[in-house]
Amino acid sequence: MSASTLDAPATPETAPRSKDWRASIALGVIALISLVVFGFGSASGADTTFVVARSTDFFEVPGFTLPSQLAAILLSVVGLALAGYTAFQANQFRKVGIWVPVVYGIAIMGALLTWAGAGRDATSIQLTGLLTSSLFLAVPLVFGSLAGTLCERSGIINIAIEGQLLAGAFLAALVGSAVGNAYAGLIAAPIAGALVGLLLAIFATKYWVNQIVVGVVLNVLVVGLTSFFFSTVMSDNPDLNRPLGLASLPIPGLSGIPVIGPVLFNQNLLVYILYVVVIVLQIMLFRSRWGLRVRAVGEHPKAADTVGIKVNRTRVRNTVLGGAVAGLGGAFFTVASGLAFGKEMTAGKGYIALAAMILGRWSPKGALAAALLFGFADALRVQLGIIGSSIPSQFLAMTPYLATIFAVAGLVGHSRPPAAEGIPYKK
Amino acid sequence: MSDQTTATEAPQQERPGRASTVLREILSSSTLVVVMAVVASLLIGGVLIVLVDEGVQEAAGYFFSRPGDTFTAIFDELGAAYSAMFTGAVLNLDADTFAQTIRPFTQTLTMATPLIFAGLGLGIGFRAGMFNIGAQGQLLIGATVGAYIGFTWDLPWGLHLLVAILGCLVGGAFWGFIPGILKARTGAHEVIVTIMLNYVALNLVAWLLTFDAFQREGSNNPISPIVAETAQYPKILGSQFNLHLGFLFALACAFGVWWLMERSTLGFELRAVGANANAARTAGMNVTRATVLVMVIAGALAGLAGSAQVLGTEKVLTTATAGSLGFDAITVALLGRSRPLGTVLAAILFGGLRASGPTLQVQAGLPVDIVFVIQALIVLFIAAPPLVRSMFRLPAPAIEKEVAA
Amino acid sequence: MKLELREITKRFGDFTANDAISIVVESGTVHALLGENGAGKSTLMNVLFGLYDPDGGEILLDDQPVEFTGPGDAMAAGIGMVHQHFMLVHPFTVAENVMLGHEDVVGPAKLLDLEAARARVREISHRFGFNVDPDAVVEDLSVGAQQRVEIIKALSRDAEVLILDEPTAVLTPQETDELLSIVKDLRDSGTAVVLITHKLREVKAVADTITVIRRGKVVGTAEPTASQEELASLMVGRDVSMTVDKGPADPGEAMLVVEDLTVVDDATQVTQLDRVSFDVRGGEILAIAGVQGNGQTELAEAILGVVPTAAGTVRLDGETVTGRSIRQALDAGIGFVPEDRTTDGIVAEFTNANNLILDLYDRAPFSKAGAISPSVVRENAQKQVERFDVRTTGIDALTGSLSGGNQQKVVLARELTRELKLLIASQPTRGLDVGSIEFVHKRIIEERDKGVACIIISSELDEVYALADRIAVMYHGRIVGIVPPDTDRDTLGLMMAGAHEEEAA
Repeated sequence: MSASTLDAPATPETAPRSKDWRASIALGVIALISLVVFGFGSASGADTTFVVARSTDFFEVPGFTLPSQLAAILLSVVGLALAGYTAFQANQFRKVGIWVPVVYGIAIMGALLTWAGAGRDATSIQLTGLLTSSLFLAVPLVFGSLAGTLCERSGIINIAIEGQLLAGAFLAALVGSAVGNAYAGLIAAPIAGALVGLLLAIFATKYWVNQIVVGVVLNVLVVGLTSFFFSTVMSDNPDLNRPLGLASLPIPGLSGIPVIGPVLFNQNLLVYILYVVVIVLQIMLFRSRWGLRVRAVGEHPKAADTVGIKVNRTRVRNTVLGGAVAGLGGAFFTVASGLAFGKEMTAGKGYIALAAMILGRWSPKGALAAALLFGFADALRVQLGIIGSSIPSQFLAMTPYLATIFAVAGLVGHSRPPAAEGIPYKK
Repeated sequence: MSDQTTATEAPQQERPGRASTVLREILSSSTLVVVMAVVASLLIGGVLIVLVDEGVQEAAGYFFSRPGDTFTAIFDELGAAYSAMFTGAVLNLDADTFAQTIRPFTQTLTMATPLIFAGLGLGIGFRAGMFNIGAQGQLLIGATVGAYIGFTWDLPWGLHLLVAILGCLVGGAFWGFIPGILKARTGAHEVIVTIMLNYVALNLVAWLLTFDAFQREGSNNPISPIVAETAQYPKILGSQFNLHLGFLFALACAFGVWWLMERSTLGFELRAVGANANAARTAGMNVTRATVLVMVIAGALAGLAGSAQVLGTEKVLTTATAGSLGFDAITVALLGRSRPLGTVLAAILFGGLRASGPTLQVQAGLPVDIVFVIQALIVLFIAAPPLVRSMFRLPAPAIEKEVAA
Repeated sequence: MKLELREITKRFGDFTANDAISIVVESGTVHALLGENGAGKSTLMNVLFGLYDPDGGEILLDDQPVEFTGPGDAMAAGIGMVHQHFMLVHPFTVAENVMLGHEDVVGPAKLLDLEAARARVREISHRFGFNVDPDAVVEDLSVGAQQRVEIIKALSRDAEVLILDEPTAVLTPQETDELLSIVKDLRDSGTAVVLITHKLREVKAVADTITVIRRGKVVGTAEPTASQEELASLMVGRDVSMTVDKGPADPGEAMLVVEDLTVVDDATQVTQLDRVSFDVRGGEILAIAGVQGNGQTELAEAILGVVPTAAGTVRLDGETVTGRSIRQALDAGIGFVPEDRTTDGIVAEFTNANNLILDLYDRAPFSKAGAISPSVVRENAQKQVERFDVRTTGIDALTGSLSGGNQQKVVLARELTRELKLLIASQPTRGLDVGSIEFVHKRIIEERDKGVACIIISSELDEVYALADRIAVMYHGRIVGIVPPDTDRDTLGLMMAGAHEEEAA
C-alpha cells in the first residue's frame, strides 16, 4: 500500500499566521510615555543616586550616580528600540525571545527609577533593598499562582487561591503559636490549603457545581471561619496567635555575591522551598509522565479517559496539591513575616496570584516571572513612598490588575487557557 | 452520547401550564432543598458556636462525671445565639414599644436593599451567560459618582436625589461597560476582568479620597462629606427607622427586571445569547450588543446598590462603602436562582443575617463573622442539591436541575 | 484473539440502548456492525471499551470472561478503539498523543522518554506506510492524518481487537478507500476488526461478517454478498426506497448570484473560500458536495453574513446582500438550517415555543413595541408542532430534550415560517434516522417546488444524489466544478479530492 497521497489538509501545513502588531504597539506606546514623562520630565542637570550594596554586605559595591535626564532618555530609547525590534519580527511572522520583555522591563523601570530619584540628594534608590523586597513580596504570589497553574492545568478553575492563602496563614499562626515553633506552622499551612482545595475538588468533580461559584463562595467561607476563630479562640487565648518568624538562612558562599547574594541567597526557608517548588513543577509538568497526563486531562479529558487515565481522580489530586501549595504560600503572611494572624490579612493577594498565573500563561516559570513583576511593583510603591515621589501609590497598586486586564484582552500577546478548564467531566 | 439521545424521546416531564409555573417553582423539591440548606447551615454554624464557647468547653472538661452540664451549656449557648439572631433580624419581643419591636425587621430590609439591587444585576448576568464578579467595583464607582453629586451639587429637593441616583446608575453602568466591551471585542474573560476592575476601582476611590474635593473639611482621613439631605432617600417609616425609599425602589426594579427578562424582546435576546450565543447569532441577534448591554445593566443595578449605601444607609463615601456587598450579592443571586423574586427573598434572608450581627455581638458575645460562615455554607449547599438530599435523605427528583449560572 | 459479547444489556433510565446483544468476532476477520444513527452501536462499543458499565451480559476474550472497569483495562486486554470523534489532545505532538497513558519513562521522577515514543510512531507508521511525523502537533494535521494517529495509538498498545467507530464520516471517497485497504491489511496481519458504520458500500467492501442492529437489538446477520437493498431494509426495518420521490425541477430566474466570494479567516489568515462563483435559480436545488472542511461551512455562513467576506458579492433577487448583518439577510428572505443544529440551530434550554420564534421574536405578530405576546407565541408553536409532526410532549418541553430528528424539525419549521427566497441547509439530515431523513427531504423538495432557490450542503453522496438538480463540488475553498445530478460516484469522488471535472471524468 502506498503512502497517502491524497491527503486533504483542512488547514495547510504552514498556515501563515497573521501579523500581530498589538505587542509592538503596546511596547512602543509605553516606551514613548516613558520618554516624555521620565526622560524629558526629569529635571535637566539633576542627578539620581543608586545604592547597590548595603553596609552589612560582604562585598562593598560602590553606589553610582547618573545624570537623571540623560539616563532616563537613553533607557526609554532602549525601550523604543525593543518595540521596533518586536515590530520588525512581527512583520516577519516571528516571535521575539523572552529576553525582549525582560530587557524592556528593566529599561523602563530604570527610567522610572531615575526619574523618581532625580534631584533628591537626601535620598537614593536602594537597588538591593528594592530587589530583596520585590522577591519577598512576590513569595505568596508565586505560591498562589503555582496553585492556580496546578489546578487549571488539570481543568479545575481555582478562584479560591485567596481562601487557600488565608487558611494557610491562619493555621500556620495557630499551630506555630501552639507548638511555639514557626517551622511547625510551615508544616500546618499546606494542610489548611489542601483542605480548602479538597472542598473545591469535591464540589467541582462530584457535584459539578460551577467552579467559579465554588471558588468565590469558598473565599467567603474561609474569611468567615478564620475571622470567627480569630475573634473567639485567638482573642481569648493570645498565646495561640503570636508573631513568630523564620530566621534568615544565608547560604555560605552564594550569599556573598554582590547584589544577587543578599537578594537570592540570604532568605528564610520558605523562599528556598519556593525555588525548589518552581523548578520541580516546571520540569514535572512539562517533562514527566505525571505532567503529560495532567495536561491531557485539562485539555481533553475524554481522550485521557479513553487511554485509561482517571480524569476526576487526577483533578482531585491536583486541586488538593494546588491547595497545599497555596496554603504553604499563606504561611508567608504570618510565620514567615513575623506577624500574628489578622482578619482578612491576605487582602486580595490571591486574586493577584490568579492574575500572575494568567500572565505567566499557566506555567510555573511564567508564574514566577509575573509574580516577581507584581512583587516589584509592590516594592516600588513602598520605595517611592519613602523617597516621597509624586506618583500616587494607588496607581502603582493598580498595575498588577491593569496589566492583567491588558493581558486577557490580548493587548500583550495571546494566552490560551487549558481547553477543558471549568467543564465538569461527566461520563 | 448521540446514540441514545437520538433514539429516544428523552424521559419526559409533566409540564404544567404557565399559570402554575410560579407555584411549581415554589413548591418543587428544589425549594425544599433551599430550606434544608438554610437549616443545615444554621446547624453547622451552631456547632462552631458551641465549639468556641468557654462555658461549653468548661463543662465538657468534666463531661464524663456530669454529662448533663455539657448539654445544658450547649443548649444555653445555642439558645442565646439563635434568639439573638431572631431579635436582631426579625422581631424584638422584649421591646417596650411597637416601633422597637418591629425595628429589627425594618433594619433587615434596609440591609437587604443594596443586596437586592446588586443581586438583580448579577442574576441578569448569570442568565445571560456572563459571570460578573465585579459588582463590588461597579457599586463603588456608582457610589462615588452619586455621592459626589450628593455632597457637592446644590439642587432642589427631589431633583437632587434623582440626579444623584442617576449618577450612581451611570457610574456603575460605566464600570460594567468596560468588561462588557472587552469581552465582546477581544474575548477577554469577564471573570478575570471584573475581579481586576474591583481592585482598580478600590484604588481609584482611595486616590480620589486624597483630594480636597472628596475629603471632609478639616479632615485628612479618606472620608467624604455627608451627602446633602436633598440627595438622600427619604425614610419611609418615619425618622426612627432607617428604612428608606431605596427599598421600595429596589422592589420596583425587581419587577422591572422580571418584565425585562420574561416579557420583553430584549430579555428574550439576552436569555438566548446567554444560553447559546452561536444559535442567537445565527438567528440574527446582535451578540456583541447583548454582551455589552448585560454588563451595562448589571453595572447600573450595582451602581444603584451603591446609591442605597451613600444616599440611604451610610450617607458618606469611604473606601469601605462597598464592604463585601459585591460578593454577598453573588451569593444572593445564586441563592435566588437568578430570578427576581428569589433574589428579593434571598437578599432579605442575608440582610437579616447581617442585621443580626450587632445583636449577636452584644447579646451572645459572638463575632459577626459567623454570619459570613453561615452565608457561604448556605450557598455551597444550594449549589449541590445532591449533597443536601443525602444529608437529609430526601428523595432525588427525576431530573436534577443544574445550578443557576 | 477471539472476542465475544454475550447478552449485553445497557439501559439509560427507562431507555434500553442495548438489549441482550450478542456478537462474536474471530481474529483475522472484519466484523461489521451495521445500524442506523441511534441504533445503539456506539453504546455497545463503549460498553466493550469499558467506558460504560453494562447492566447485564458478559464479555469474553478467547472464551475467558473479562470485566473492564475502564478503558485502561480494555486496552490492557488488547482492545483498541478509534473513536468517531478523535480522542487526541490537540496541543500535543503525535508522539505525546501516542504515548499518553502508557508512557515510556526514565528515572525515579518518571520523566518522559520521548525518543522511545518517536521510534514507536516511526516503526508503526513505516509498517503500514502512514507517513506520520512523530513531532507534528496534532492540531496542525488533516483529519485523515489524525485518524492515522488514532490507529497508531491503538496499534502501539498491541491491540488485537480494533474497533473503528464510523471511521469514514470525515473522509473523502479516496481516503475511505485507503482506510478500507488499511483495514484489510490489519485483518491479514491477524487483527480482529470491528467496523461500526451505517454505510452499506463500505460494509460490502470489507466485511467478513455483518451484524445488523436496530433499536438496540440484533435483528439479523448477513453475508457481505447481500444486496444493499436487503441490508437497508434489515437496518431500517421496512422496505426503503433508496431515492426520494422528486419531480423534475422547474427552475425560474437566477435568484442567488454569487461572484468571486472570498473568505479569509481572521485569526489565521487562511483563505477558506477562494473566489467562489455560482448561481442558483428559483425552484432549483443546488447540492454542494465535498469532504467536510473544504469551505462549505464558510460558504453558507458567508452568504448569511455570519463570517465577513474579504471580497466578492452575493446578490439575492437582484439585491446585494454582502456586507449586511445576519438580521438583514434573514429579512431579505434567506432561510438557514445550520450544519450543527445543537450549537447554531436551537437553544437547548429554551422551550419548543421559544425556539420556534428564535429569529422571529421581535417581529409582528409575536411582539409589539418590545413586548412579547405569549399567547401568539404559543398559538404559533402549537401550529408548527402539528404541521411538522414534531414528536414532543408539548410546546413547553425543552427542545434540548428532543431527539435529533425532532430538533431538526423544529429548526426547519421555524425557518419555513417566513416567506423565503433562498433556503440554505447544511448537512440537513446528519445524525437523523431514516424516517426523519425522508421527512426533511420531502419538505426541502416542497420548498423547491414553491419556487424557492435551495442550497443543500452535504458530505453524504447519497443525500446529494437524492436532492440535487445540479451538483457543485468544493475542494480547498474552491468550486472545482458544477455537474449534472447523474454524474457518477467515481467522478464526484475524484472531484472531491481536487480533480477538475475533465480530469475526473
